[in-house]
Amino acid sequence: MAEQTSTPNYGYENTVPIAEGLFTWPSNDPRLLGSQCQDCGVVTFPVQSGCPACSSTNVETIELEREGTLWTWTIQGFYPQRPPYDGPETPENFKPFGVGYIELPGQVRVQSRIKTEDVSKLRIGMSMKLLVEQYIERDGKQVMSYFFQPSDEL
Amino acid sequence: MDVAIIGLGIHPFGRTPGKSGREQGVHAARAALKDASMAWSDLEFAYGGSAAAGAADAMVKDMGLTGLQFVNVSNGCATGGSALQSAYMAIQSGMFDVGMAIGFDKHERGAFRVDPKGGGLGKWYGDVGMALTPQFFGMKIQRYMHDYGISEDALNLVAVKNYANGTKNPNAWRQQVIPYDEVANSMMVCHPLRKFHFCSPAEGGCAMILCRADKAKQFTDKKPVFLKAVSVKTRLFGSFEVFSQSQALDRADAPTVQASKAAFEQAGIGPEDIDVAQLQDTESGAEIMHMAENGFCQHGEQEKWLREGQTSIDGKLPVNTDGGCMANGEPIGASGLRQVHEIAIQLRGEGGARQVPNSPKAGYTHVYGAPGLSGVCILSN
Repeated sequence: MAEQTSTPNYGYENTVPIAEGLFTWPSNDPRLLGSQCQDCGVVTFPVQSGCPACSSTNVETIELEREGTLWTWTIQGFYPQRPPYDGPETPENFKPFGVGYIELPGQVRVQSRIKTEDVSKLRIGMSMKLLVEQYIERDGKQVMSYFFQPSDEL
Repeated sequence: MDVAIIGLGIHPFGRTPGKSGREQGVHAARAALKDASMAWSDLEFAYGGSAAAGAADAMVKDMGLTGLQFVNVSNGCATGGSALQSAYMAIQSGMFDVGMAIGFDKHERGAFRVDPKGGGLGKWYGDVGMALTPQFFGMKIQRYMHDYGISEDALNLVAVKNYANGTKNPNAWRQQVIPYDEVANSMMVCHPLRKFHFCSPAEGGCAMILCRADKAKQFTDKKPVFLKAVSVKTRLFGSFEVFSQSQALDRADAPTVQASKAAFEQAGIGPEDIDVAQLQDTESGAEIMHMAENGFCQHGEQEKWLREGQTSIDGKLPVNTDGGCMANGEPIGASGLRQVHEIAIQLRGEGGARQVPNSPKAGYTHVYGAPGLSGVCILSN
Protein backbone atom coordinates (compact mmCIF):
# COMPACT_ATOMS: atom_id res chain seq x y z
CA MET A 1 0.00 0.00 0.00
CA ALA A 2 1.26 3.46 -0.83
CA GLU A 3 1.96 5.89 1.97
CA GLN A 4 -1.04 8.06 2.63
CA THR A 5 -0.67 11.74 3.26
CA SER A 6 -0.95 12.03 6.99
CA THR A 7 -4.23 13.77 7.71
CA PRO A 8 -6.29 13.81 10.88
CA ASN A 9 -9.74 12.29 10.39
CA TYR A 10 -11.30 15.40 11.90
CA GLY A 11 -14.07 16.68 9.66
CA TYR A 12 -14.32 13.51 7.58
CA GLU A 13 -16.43 11.38 9.96
CA ASN A 14 -19.54 11.73 7.85
CA THR A 15 -17.88 10.86 4.54
CA VAL A 16 -17.29 7.56 2.76
CA PRO A 17 -15.43 6.95 -0.51
CA ILE A 18 -17.57 5.62 -3.37
CA ALA A 19 -15.29 2.57 -3.43
CA GLU A 20 -12.48 1.47 -1.12
CA GLY A 21 -9.01 1.71 -2.59
CA LEU A 22 -9.96 3.97 -5.50
CA PHE A 23 -8.29 7.05 -4.01
CA THR A 24 -6.61 7.99 -0.74
CA TRP A 25 -9.29 8.92 1.76
CA PRO A 26 -9.66 10.65 4.14
CA SER A 27 -7.12 13.18 2.96
CA ASN A 28 -6.70 16.92 2.42
CA ASP A 29 -4.77 16.11 -0.75
CA PRO A 30 -6.41 12.97 -2.12
CA ARG A 31 -4.77 11.00 -4.93
CA LEU A 32 -6.06 8.30 -7.23
CA LEU A 33 -4.48 4.91 -6.54
CA GLY A 34 -3.09 2.75 -9.31
CA SER A 35 -0.85 -0.26 -9.78
CA GLN A 36 2.62 -0.12 -11.22
CA CYS A 37 4.27 -3.23 -12.58
CA GLN A 38 7.68 -3.65 -11.00
CA ASP A 39 8.87 -5.67 -14.00
CA CYS A 40 7.79 -3.56 -17.01
CA GLY A 41 6.74 -0.27 -15.41
CA VAL A 42 3.21 -0.16 -16.81
CA VAL A 43 0.69 1.75 -14.68
CA THR A 44 -3.02 0.90 -14.44
CA PHE A 45 -6.02 2.47 -12.76
CA PRO A 46 -7.65 1.33 -10.55
CA VAL A 47 -5.45 -1.04 -8.55
CA GLN A 48 -5.32 -4.57 -9.95
CA SER A 49 -3.52 -7.74 -8.96
CA GLY A 50 -1.55 -8.34 -12.16
CA CYS A 51 0.00 -6.42 -15.03
CA PRO A 52 -2.17 -6.32 -18.19
CA ALA A 53 0.90 -5.79 -20.37
CA CYS A 54 3.29 -8.56 -19.19
CA SER A 55 1.08 -10.70 -16.88
CA SER A 56 3.49 -10.18 -13.96
CA THR A 57 1.99 -10.30 -10.47
CA ASN A 58 4.83 -8.16 -9.14
CA VAL A 59 2.75 -4.96 -8.95
CA GLU A 60 2.75 -2.22 -6.34
CA THR A 61 0.09 0.30 -5.44
CA ILE A 62 1.12 3.88 -6.21
CA GLU A 63 -0.43 7.33 -5.91
CA LEU A 64 -1.16 8.83 -9.32
CA GLU A 65 -0.41 12.36 -10.50
CA ARG A 66 -3.05 15.00 -9.69
CA GLU A 67 -2.69 16.95 -12.89
CA GLY A 68 -2.84 16.00 -16.53
CA THR A 69 -4.31 16.86 -19.91
CA LEU A 70 -7.60 15.91 -21.52
CA TRP A 71 -6.87 13.18 -24.09
CA THR A 72 -10.43 12.70 -25.31
CA TRP A 73 -13.91 13.51 -24.05
CA THR A 74 -17.63 13.28 -24.64
CA ILE A 75 -20.78 14.67 -23.10
CA GLN A 76 -23.34 12.27 -21.66
CA GLY A 77 -26.42 13.82 -23.23
CA PHE A 78 -29.23 11.64 -21.86
CA TYR A 79 -30.25 10.51 -18.38
CA PRO A 80 -28.54 7.14 -17.79
CA GLN A 81 -30.53 4.07 -16.82
CA ARG A 82 -30.95 3.35 -13.10
CA PRO A 83 -29.52 0.91 -12.19
CA PRO A 84 -26.63 0.96 -12.73
CA TYR A 85 -26.62 4.78 -12.56
CA ASP A 86 -26.87 6.26 -9.07
CA GLY A 87 -26.40 9.99 -9.61
CA PRO A 88 -27.91 12.82 -7.57
CA GLU A 89 -30.29 14.02 -10.30
CA THR A 90 -33.80 13.12 -11.44
CA PRO A 91 -34.72 12.81 -15.13
CA GLU A 92 -36.33 16.25 -14.74
CA ASN A 93 -33.30 18.16 -13.47
CA PHE A 94 -30.61 16.14 -15.27
CA LYS A 95 -27.93 18.19 -17.01
CA PRO A 96 -25.52 16.64 -19.54
CA PHE A 97 -22.13 15.92 -17.96
CA GLY A 98 -18.61 15.48 -19.29
CA VAL A 99 -16.62 12.24 -19.30
CA GLY A 100 -13.10 11.84 -20.59
CA TYR A 101 -9.66 10.34 -20.36
CA ILE A 102 -7.04 12.42 -18.59
CA GLU A 103 -3.45 11.70 -19.50
CA LEU A 104 -1.30 11.73 -16.37
CA PRO A 105 2.26 12.41 -17.53
CA GLY A 106 4.48 9.35 -17.63
CA GLN A 107 1.80 7.17 -16.01
CA VAL A 108 -1.52 6.33 -17.61
CA ARG A 109 -4.75 7.79 -18.98
CA VAL A 110 -7.59 7.56 -16.49
CA GLN A 111 -11.29 7.65 -17.24
CA SER A 112 -13.18 10.21 -15.19
CA ARG A 113 -16.27 12.31 -14.85
CA ILE A 114 -15.41 15.91 -15.71
CA LYS A 115 -16.66 18.69 -13.49
CA THR A 116 -17.03 21.92 -15.39
CA GLU A 117 -19.24 24.98 -15.50
CA ASP A 118 -19.55 24.73 -19.26
CA VAL A 119 -19.25 21.42 -21.15
CA SER A 120 -19.06 23.30 -24.46
CA LYS A 121 -15.56 24.47 -23.51
CA LEU A 122 -14.08 20.97 -23.36
CA ARG A 123 -11.12 20.56 -25.72
CA ILE A 124 -8.51 17.89 -26.26
CA GLY A 125 -5.25 18.97 -24.62
CA MET A 126 -6.69 21.22 -21.92
CA SER A 127 -5.14 21.04 -18.43
CA MET A 128 -7.12 19.15 -15.83
CA LYS A 129 -6.80 18.68 -12.11
CA LEU A 130 -8.10 15.98 -9.74
CA LEU A 131 -10.90 16.81 -7.36
CA VAL A 132 -12.54 14.60 -4.75
CA GLU A 133 -15.92 15.80 -3.56
CA GLN A 134 -19.37 14.68 -2.53
CA TYR A 135 -21.19 12.83 -5.29
CA ILE A 136 -24.39 11.73 -3.56
CA GLU A 137 -25.72 11.14 -0.08
CA ARG A 138 -26.39 7.58 0.98
CA ASP A 139 -27.59 6.39 4.42
CA GLY A 140 -26.91 9.83 5.87
CA LYS A 141 -23.29 9.81 4.69
CA GLN A 142 -21.62 11.93 2.04
CA VAL A 143 -20.41 9.56 -0.67
CA MET A 144 -17.17 10.98 -2.06
CA SER A 145 -16.07 10.42 -5.66
CA TYR A 146 -13.32 11.68 -7.93
CA PHE A 147 -13.61 14.12 -10.82
CA PHE A 148 -11.24 16.05 -13.01
CA GLN A 149 -11.81 19.77 -13.45
CA PRO A 150 -10.33 22.18 -16.00
CA SER A 151 -7.34 23.80 -14.25
CA ASP A 152 -8.51 27.28 -15.22
CA GLU A 153 -11.74 26.78 -13.27
CA LEU A 154 -9.93 26.14 -10.00
CA MET B 1 -10.89 -27.73 -46.92
CA ASP B 2 -13.32 -25.10 -48.19
CA VAL B 3 -16.55 -24.46 -46.33
CA ALA B 4 -19.67 -23.49 -48.24
CA ILE B 5 -22.79 -21.60 -47.19
CA ILE B 6 -25.74 -23.34 -48.81
CA GLY B 7 -28.76 -21.93 -46.98
CA LEU B 8 -29.71 -18.45 -45.79
CA GLY B 9 -32.57 -17.43 -43.53
CA ILE B 10 -33.54 -14.23 -41.78
CA HIS B 11 -36.38 -12.91 -39.65
CA PRO B 12 -36.96 -9.21 -40.32
CA PHE B 13 -35.03 -7.02 -37.89
CA GLY B 14 -36.63 -4.31 -35.77
CA ARG B 15 -39.48 -4.76 -33.33
CA THR B 16 -41.90 -7.65 -33.53
CA PRO B 17 -44.30 -7.35 -30.59
CA GLY B 18 -45.72 -10.63 -29.38
CA LYS B 19 -42.96 -12.74 -30.93
CA SER B 20 -40.14 -13.97 -28.72
CA GLY B 21 -36.51 -13.86 -29.76
CA ARG B 22 -36.50 -17.65 -29.96
CA GLU B 23 -39.52 -17.67 -32.29
CA GLN B 24 -37.70 -15.21 -34.55
CA GLY B 25 -34.71 -17.57 -34.51
CA VAL B 26 -36.92 -20.52 -35.41
CA HIS B 27 -38.37 -18.49 -38.30
CA ALA B 28 -34.82 -17.82 -39.57
CA ALA B 29 -33.76 -21.46 -39.15
CA ARG B 30 -36.77 -22.74 -41.12
CA ALA B 31 -36.13 -20.14 -43.82
CA ALA B 32 -32.48 -21.27 -44.13
CA LEU B 33 -33.55 -24.92 -44.45
CA LYS B 34 -36.14 -24.01 -47.08
CA ASP B 35 -33.53 -21.99 -48.98
CA ALA B 36 -31.28 -25.06 -49.12
CA SER B 37 -34.20 -27.49 -49.66
CA MET B 38 -33.05 -29.39 -46.60
CA ALA B 39 -34.64 -30.78 -43.44
CA TRP B 40 -33.67 -30.04 -39.83
CA SER B 41 -32.91 -33.75 -39.43
CA ASP B 42 -30.18 -33.43 -42.12
CA LEU B 43 -28.09 -31.25 -39.79
CA GLU B 44 -25.34 -32.78 -37.67
CA PHE B 45 -24.64 -29.76 -35.46
CA ALA B 46 -25.61 -26.19 -34.65
CA TYR B 47 -23.86 -23.28 -32.96
CA GLY B 48 -26.24 -20.61 -31.75
CA GLY B 49 -26.30 -17.53 -29.59
CA SER B 50 -28.56 -14.95 -28.02
CA ALA B 51 -27.58 -12.29 -25.48
CA ALA B 52 -30.98 -11.31 -24.09
CA ALA B 53 -33.48 -13.87 -25.39
CA GLY B 54 -32.51 -17.02 -23.52
CA ALA B 55 -30.46 -20.05 -24.48
CA ALA B 56 -30.31 -20.59 -28.22
CA ASP B 57 -30.57 -24.36 -27.92
CA ALA B 58 -34.09 -23.98 -26.49
CA MET B 59 -35.17 -23.79 -30.13
CA VAL B 60 -34.69 -27.54 -30.65
CA LYS B 61 -38.08 -28.16 -29.08
CA ASP B 62 -39.61 -26.14 -31.91
CA MET B 63 -37.33 -27.45 -34.65
CA GLY B 64 -37.36 -31.11 -33.64
CA LEU B 65 -35.47 -33.27 -31.18
CA THR B 66 -33.07 -34.96 -33.56
CA GLY B 67 -30.13 -35.42 -31.19
CA LEU B 68 -27.85 -33.03 -33.05
CA GLN B 69 -24.90 -31.42 -31.26
CA PHE B 70 -26.08 -27.91 -30.29
CA VAL B 71 -23.59 -25.58 -28.61
CA ASN B 72 -24.65 -22.21 -27.17
CA VAL B 73 -22.28 -19.36 -27.98
CA SER B 74 -21.94 -16.21 -25.89
CA ASN B 75 -19.28 -13.76 -27.03
CA GLY B 76 -20.55 -10.22 -26.65
CA CYS B 77 -21.22 -8.37 -29.89
CA ALA B 78 -19.29 -11.05 -31.78
CA THR B 79 -21.75 -13.77 -30.71
CA GLY B 80 -23.06 -14.29 -34.25
CA GLY B 81 -19.57 -14.12 -35.74
CA SER B 82 -18.32 -16.60 -33.16
CA ALA B 83 -21.19 -19.02 -33.88
CA LEU B 84 -20.19 -18.88 -37.55
CA GLN B 85 -16.53 -19.34 -36.76
CA SER B 86 -17.32 -22.34 -34.56
CA ALA B 87 -19.37 -23.92 -37.36
CA TYR B 88 -16.56 -23.21 -39.79
CA MET B 89 -14.00 -24.92 -37.53
CA ALA B 90 -16.31 -27.87 -36.88
CA ILE B 91 -16.44 -28.56 -40.62
CA GLN B 92 -12.80 -27.75 -41.28
CA SER B 93 -11.74 -30.17 -38.58
CA GLY B 94 -13.35 -32.95 -40.58
CA MET B 95 -15.61 -33.93 -37.73
CA PHE B 96 -18.87 -32.84 -39.36
CA ASP B 97 -20.13 -32.34 -42.92
CA VAL B 98 -23.10 -30.05 -42.41
CA GLY B 99 -24.59 -27.84 -39.72
CA MET B 100 -26.11 -24.49 -38.83
CA ALA B 101 -24.95 -21.19 -37.37
CA ILE B 102 -27.83 -19.27 -35.86
CA GLY B 103 -28.42 -16.20 -33.73
CA PHE B 104 -31.43 -14.28 -32.49
CA ASP B 105 -32.21 -11.65 -29.92
CA LYS B 106 -34.79 -9.36 -28.39
CA HIS B 107 -33.51 -6.36 -26.42
CA GLU B 108 -35.41 -3.85 -24.32
CA ARG B 109 -35.67 -0.29 -25.65
CA GLY B 110 -32.92 2.23 -24.96
CA ALA B 111 -29.17 1.83 -24.62
CA PHE B 112 -27.82 -1.58 -23.59
CA ARG B 113 -28.09 -1.97 -19.82
CA VAL B 114 -24.71 -2.85 -18.40
CA ASP B 115 -23.84 -4.79 -15.24
CA PRO B 116 -20.57 -3.13 -14.14
CA LYS B 117 -19.99 -5.59 -11.31
CA GLY B 118 -20.40 -8.61 -13.60
CA GLY B 119 -17.99 -7.00 -16.06
CA GLY B 120 -15.28 -6.75 -13.40
CA LEU B 121 -15.55 -2.95 -13.22
CA GLY B 122 -16.87 -2.38 -9.70
CA LYS B 123 -20.29 -1.05 -8.74
CA TRP B 124 -18.93 2.52 -8.43
CA TYR B 125 -18.32 2.66 -12.19
CA GLY B 126 -22.03 2.34 -12.87
CA ASP B 127 -22.95 4.62 -9.94
CA VAL B 128 -21.03 7.57 -11.39
CA GLY B 129 -22.49 7.16 -14.89
CA MET B 130 -19.58 5.80 -16.91
CA ALA B 131 -20.96 2.31 -17.70
CA LEU B 132 -22.53 3.49 -20.95
CA THR B 133 -21.38 2.20 -24.32
CA PRO B 134 -22.35 5.38 -26.27
CA GLN B 135 -19.76 7.34 -24.23
CA PHE B 136 -16.99 5.08 -25.48
CA PHE B 137 -18.03 5.52 -29.10
CA GLY B 138 -18.18 9.29 -28.61
CA MET B 139 -14.74 9.42 -26.99
CA LYS B 140 -13.08 7.15 -29.55
CA ILE B 141 -14.29 9.06 -32.60
CA GLN B 142 -13.66 12.41 -30.85
CA ARG B 143 -9.97 11.55 -30.63
CA TYR B 144 -9.91 10.01 -34.10
CA MET B 145 -11.44 13.14 -35.70
CA HIS B 146 -8.85 15.24 -33.86
CA ASP B 147 -5.96 13.01 -35.00
CA TYR B 148 -7.02 12.65 -38.64
CA GLY B 149 -8.87 15.89 -39.39
CA ILE B 150 -12.29 14.35 -39.98
CA SER B 151 -15.36 16.58 -39.64
CA GLU B 152 -18.96 16.02 -38.60
CA ASP B 153 -19.85 15.99 -42.30
CA ALA B 154 -18.39 12.48 -42.52
CA LEU B 155 -20.52 11.30 -39.59
CA ASN B 156 -23.65 12.61 -41.28
CA LEU B 157 -22.81 11.14 -44.69
CA VAL B 158 -22.42 7.62 -43.25
CA ALA B 159 -25.84 7.81 -41.58
CA VAL B 160 -27.59 9.19 -44.67
CA LYS B 161 -26.09 6.40 -46.80
CA ASN B 162 -27.01 3.59 -44.42
CA TYR B 163 -30.62 4.71 -43.94
CA ALA B 164 -30.95 5.12 -47.72
CA ASN B 165 -29.67 1.55 -48.21
CA GLY B 166 -32.18 0.35 -45.61
CA THR B 167 -35.06 1.57 -47.78
CA LYS B 168 -33.98 -1.02 -50.36
CA ASN B 169 -33.95 -3.91 -47.89
CA PRO B 170 -37.35 -5.45 -47.10
CA ASN B 171 -35.91 -7.05 -43.92
CA ALA B 172 -34.57 -3.76 -42.48
CA TRP B 173 -36.09 -2.11 -39.44
CA ARG B 174 -35.85 1.49 -40.64
CA GLN B 175 -36.94 1.76 -44.25
CA GLN B 176 -37.07 5.51 -44.42
CA VAL B 177 -34.69 8.02 -45.94
CA ILE B 178 -33.38 10.39 -43.27
CA PRO B 179 -32.29 13.63 -44.94
CA TYR B 180 -28.87 15.08 -44.20
CA ASP B 181 -30.19 18.06 -42.22
CA GLU B 182 -32.32 15.84 -40.02
CA VAL B 183 -29.27 13.70 -39.18
CA ALA B 184 -27.07 16.76 -38.62
CA ASN B 185 -29.61 18.43 -36.32
CA SER B 186 -30.76 15.39 -34.37
CA MET B 187 -30.28 15.30 -30.59
CA MET B 188 -26.70 15.18 -29.36
CA VAL B 189 -26.36 11.82 -27.56
CA CYS B 190 -22.66 11.59 -26.72
CA HIS B 191 -20.70 14.39 -28.38
CA PRO B 192 -19.90 14.39 -31.32
CA LEU B 193 -22.43 11.61 -31.98
CA ARG B 194 -26.10 12.40 -32.48
CA LYS B 195 -29.25 10.31 -32.33
CA PHE B 196 -29.27 9.40 -36.04
CA HIS B 197 -25.57 8.49 -36.00
CA PHE B 198 -26.34 5.55 -33.69
CA CYS B 199 -27.89 2.15 -34.21
CA SER B 200 -30.26 0.89 -31.53
CA PRO B 201 -30.61 -2.45 -29.77
CA ALA B 202 -33.39 -4.35 -31.56
CA GLU B 203 -34.79 -7.77 -32.40
CA GLY B 204 -34.31 -10.29 -35.14
CA GLY B 205 -32.97 -13.68 -36.14
CA CYS B 206 -30.56 -14.98 -38.74
CA ALA B 207 -29.45 -18.49 -39.69
CA MET B 208 -27.22 -20.14 -42.24
CA ILE B 209 -26.39 -23.67 -43.24
CA LEU B 210 -22.76 -24.55 -43.79
CA CYS B 211 -21.24 -27.67 -45.27
CA ARG B 212 -18.03 -29.13 -46.68
CA ALA B 213 -17.66 -27.43 -50.04
CA ASP B 214 -16.81 -30.70 -51.79
CA LYS B 215 -20.09 -32.21 -50.60
CA ALA B 216 -22.32 -29.20 -51.28
CA LYS B 217 -23.91 -30.84 -54.33
CA GLN B 218 -24.99 -33.82 -52.23
CA PHE B 219 -27.03 -31.58 -49.97
CA THR B 220 -28.56 -28.99 -52.26
CA ASP B 221 -28.90 -27.65 -55.79
CA LYS B 222 -28.32 -24.14 -54.43
CA LYS B 223 -25.26 -22.37 -55.79
CA PRO B 224 -22.90 -22.21 -52.81
CA VAL B 225 -21.02 -19.21 -51.50
CA PHE B 226 -17.62 -20.05 -50.04
CA LEU B 227 -16.22 -18.94 -46.71
CA LYS B 228 -12.58 -18.27 -47.54
CA ALA B 229 -11.52 -17.01 -44.11
CA VAL B 230 -12.89 -16.49 -40.63
CA SER B 231 -11.00 -14.78 -37.83
CA VAL B 232 -11.97 -13.63 -34.33
CA LYS B 233 -9.51 -11.61 -32.23
CA THR B 234 -9.64 -9.91 -28.84
CA ARG B 235 -7.94 -6.75 -27.63
CA LEU B 236 -4.24 -6.31 -27.06
CA PHE B 237 -2.73 -4.28 -24.25
CA GLY B 238 -2.86 -0.65 -25.36
CA SER B 239 -5.88 -0.73 -27.65
CA PHE B 240 -8.66 1.74 -26.80
CA GLU B 241 -11.72 -0.27 -25.84
CA VAL B 242 -15.11 0.14 -24.29
CA PHE B 243 -15.18 0.24 -20.47
CA SER B 244 -11.45 0.81 -20.06
CA GLN B 245 -11.05 2.53 -16.71
CA SER B 246 -7.54 3.39 -17.78
CA GLN B 247 -5.60 3.26 -21.02
CA ALA B 248 -1.93 2.76 -21.72
CA LEU B 249 0.04 5.77 -22.94
CA ASP B 250 1.14 3.83 -26.02
CA ARG B 251 -1.60 2.76 -28.41
CA ALA B 252 -1.71 -0.75 -29.85
CA ASP B 253 -3.60 -1.83 -32.97
CA ALA B 254 -7.31 -2.44 -32.51
CA PRO B 255 -8.55 -6.07 -32.55
CA THR B 256 -10.11 -5.26 -35.93
CA VAL B 257 -6.67 -4.69 -37.43
CA GLN B 258 -5.49 -8.07 -36.20
CA ALA B 259 -8.62 -9.93 -37.30
CA SER B 260 -8.51 -8.28 -40.70
CA LYS B 261 -4.85 -9.10 -41.32
CA ALA B 262 -5.34 -12.71 -40.24
CA ALA B 263 -8.38 -13.11 -42.49
CA PHE B 264 -6.68 -11.63 -45.57
CA GLU B 265 -3.72 -13.92 -44.96
CA GLN B 266 -5.98 -16.99 -44.71
CA ALA B 267 -7.86 -16.04 -47.87
CA GLY B 268 -4.72 -15.17 -49.80
CA ILE B 269 -6.20 -11.92 -51.12
CA GLY B 270 -6.00 -8.25 -50.15
CA PRO B 271 -8.40 -5.37 -49.47
CA GLU B 272 -8.19 -4.27 -53.12
CA ASP B 273 -9.81 -7.58 -54.15
CA ILE B 274 -12.98 -7.01 -52.13
CA ASP B 275 -16.08 -5.96 -54.12
CA VAL B 276 -18.59 -5.44 -51.28
CA ALA B 277 -18.23 -5.12 -47.51
CA GLN B 278 -20.20 -5.05 -44.29
CA LEU B 279 -18.41 -3.03 -41.61
CA GLN B 280 -19.65 -2.71 -38.04
CA ASP B 281 -21.56 0.57 -37.86
CA THR B 282 -22.65 0.73 -34.25
CA GLU B 283 -22.54 4.41 -35.03
CA SER B 284 -21.22 6.55 -37.88
CA GLY B 285 -17.80 6.95 -36.29
CA ALA B 286 -17.34 3.19 -36.06
CA GLU B 287 -17.92 2.71 -39.79
CA ILE B 288 -15.43 5.49 -40.54
CA MET B 289 -12.70 4.04 -38.31
CA HIS B 290 -13.39 0.51 -39.53
CA MET B 291 -12.88 1.50 -43.18
CA ALA B 292 -9.24 2.16 -42.33
CA GLU B 293 -8.75 -0.46 -39.59
CA ASN B 294 -9.80 -3.15 -42.09
CA GLY B 295 -7.26 -1.88 -44.59
CA PHE B 296 -9.63 -0.46 -47.22
CA CYS B 297 -8.27 3.10 -47.05
CA GLN B 298 -5.74 5.16 -45.16
CA HIS B 299 -6.61 6.81 -41.86
CA GLY B 300 -7.97 10.25 -42.70
CA GLU B 301 -9.04 9.37 -46.26
CA GLN B 302 -12.57 8.42 -45.24
CA GLU B 303 -14.22 11.81 -45.59
CA LYS B 304 -13.06 12.12 -49.18
CA TRP B 305 -14.34 8.60 -49.92
CA LEU B 306 -17.71 9.43 -48.40
CA ARG B 307 -18.07 12.71 -50.31
CA GLU B 308 -17.26 10.88 -53.54
CA GLY B 309 -19.80 8.17 -52.73
CA GLN B 310 -17.14 5.43 -52.84
CA THR B 311 -18.97 3.38 -50.19
CA SER B 312 -22.41 3.77 -51.78
CA ILE B 313 -24.01 0.84 -53.62
CA ASP B 314 -22.59 2.01 -56.95
CA GLY B 315 -19.23 3.10 -55.51
CA LYS B 316 -15.77 1.53 -55.53
CA LEU B 317 -16.39 -0.36 -52.29
CA PRO B 318 -20.08 -0.53 -51.32
CA VAL B 319 -20.35 -0.71 -47.52
CA ASN B 320 -23.39 -1.87 -45.55
CA THR B 321 -25.61 -2.38 -48.57
CA ASP B 322 -28.44 -3.72 -46.39
CA GLY B 323 -28.44 -0.56 -44.25
CA GLY B 324 -26.04 -1.95 -41.66
CA CYS B 325 -26.72 -1.83 -37.94
CA MET B 326 -28.09 1.68 -38.32
CA ALA B 327 -31.05 0.68 -40.47
CA ASN B 328 -31.40 -2.84 -39.03
CA GLY B 329 -30.77 -2.28 -35.32
CA GLU B 330 -28.55 -4.57 -33.33
CA PRO B 331 -29.96 -7.79 -31.93
CA ILE B 332 -26.61 -8.98 -30.60
CA GLY B 333 -26.98 -12.71 -31.28
CA ALA B 334 -28.09 -12.18 -34.88
CA SER B 335 -26.24 -9.04 -35.95
CA GLY B 336 -22.93 -10.61 -37.04
CA LEU B 337 -24.79 -13.27 -39.01
CA ARG B 338 -26.92 -10.63 -40.75
CA GLN B 339 -23.71 -9.15 -42.11
CA VAL B 340 -22.65 -12.48 -43.60
CA HIS B 341 -26.19 -13.10 -44.86
CA GLU B 342 -26.09 -9.83 -46.81
CA ILE B 343 -22.72 -10.58 -48.40
CA ALA B 344 -23.90 -14.05 -49.42
CA ILE B 345 -27.04 -12.48 -50.96
CA GLN B 346 -24.86 -10.00 -52.89
CA LEU B 347 -22.51 -12.75 -54.13
CA ARG B 348 -25.51 -14.76 -55.31
CA GLY B 349 -26.75 -11.67 -57.16
CA GLU B 350 -30.03 -11.69 -55.21
CA GLY B 351 -29.75 -8.19 -53.77
CA GLY B 352 -32.70 -6.80 -55.74
CA ALA B 353 -32.92 -2.99 -55.48
CA ARG B 354 -29.69 -2.90 -53.47
CA GLN B 355 -27.69 -5.34 -55.65
CA VAL B 356 -24.13 -4.19 -56.20
CA PRO B 357 -23.48 -3.93 -59.97
CA ASN B 358 -20.94 -5.92 -62.00
CA SER B 359 -21.42 -9.32 -60.31
CA PRO B 360 -19.29 -9.04 -57.15
CA LYS B 361 -16.86 -11.95 -56.68
CA ALA B 362 -15.46 -11.38 -53.20
CA GLY B 363 -17.09 -9.95 -50.06
CA TYR B 364 -16.05 -9.04 -46.56
CA THR B 365 -17.77 -8.85 -43.18
CA HIS B 366 -16.56 -7.25 -39.98
CA VAL B 367 -18.14 -7.18 -36.53
CA TYR B 368 -16.74 -5.29 -33.57
CA GLY B 369 -17.96 -4.89 -30.03
CA ALA B 370 -17.69 -5.16 -26.28
CA PRO B 371 -15.46 -5.94 -24.52
CA GLY B 372 -12.98 -5.33 -27.36
CA LEU B 373 -13.26 -8.07 -29.92
CA SER B 374 -13.63 -8.34 -33.62
CA GLY B 375 -14.67 -10.97 -36.14
CA VAL B 376 -13.89 -10.89 -39.85
CA CYS B 377 -15.08 -13.18 -42.68
CA ILE B 378 -14.08 -13.24 -46.32
CA LEU B 379 -16.48 -14.83 -48.78
CA SER B 380 -16.36 -15.60 -52.49
CA ASN B 381 -18.62 -17.16 -55.07
